[in-house]
Amino acid sequence: MTIEVRIPTILRPYTKDQKSVEAAGTTLSALISDLDSQYAGLGERLLENGALRRFINIYINDEDVRFLGGLETPLKDGDSVTILPAVAGGSTQAF
Amino acid sequence: MSLTISRTMVDAILEQSRAEYPDECCGVILGPIGRDTPQRLKPMINAAHSPTFYEFDPKDLLALYREVDDKDEEIVVIYHSHTETEARPSRTDIAYAGEPGAHYVLVSTRKEIAPATEFRSFRIIDGVVTEEEVSITE
Repeated sequence: MTIEVRIPTILRPYTKDQKSVEAAGTTLSALISDLDSQYAGLGERLLENGALRRFINIYINDEDVRFLGGLETPLKDGDSVTILPAVAGGSTQAF
Repeated sequence: MSLTISRTMVDAILEQSRAEYPDECCGVILGPIGRDTPQRLKPMINAAHSPTFYEFDPKDLLALYREVDDKDEEIVVIYHSHTETEARPSRTDIAYAGEPGAHYVLVSTRKEIAPATEFRSFRIIDGVVTEEEVSITE
């Protein structure tokens, strides 16, 4: 099973500058584990305490996974996954 | 490091900032890949509709990146307004900054400096903020 994963610029140092990589997994969670085993450190940039980081958006076939099943969303052969950094910020200092 | 931008685009961003007050406004300027030239202004909806936070809607974000890819463009500038505070990156802005190649532009239309405005540009890379010169072309 192969799933194409599109990698944003900010994470390309982990993938030797590749814009798109292949990974496997029957759920998004398993896919991220596979990505991290191929590209050490990438998993930590996507997850924090086992949850998807607030600053990262992941889409499966154009749907935001937050509106699907989150990390437990099932994947099938041929699905495409896109990772993008959220574009956000603001004057609030509450962080 | 510097940003060269047309007066028309600066004025359009300041106008958007006033129009969306008291909420923060946001958007991008796109340009051809590798040229570092802001050419196409694209105002975005602040999905947070907040005076202290902005966020591109996740669907708009994906559509934006698809469009940029299809047209062989890149995001040259990411801008937003601070409505009551200085035009410099907040801790929130720094935490979220995810485009190491982009110029992060902040504008401020806060009352204390009116009718003057601020228009400043920064690089935010790995949490390090560097202000850069802005050259406005007439």
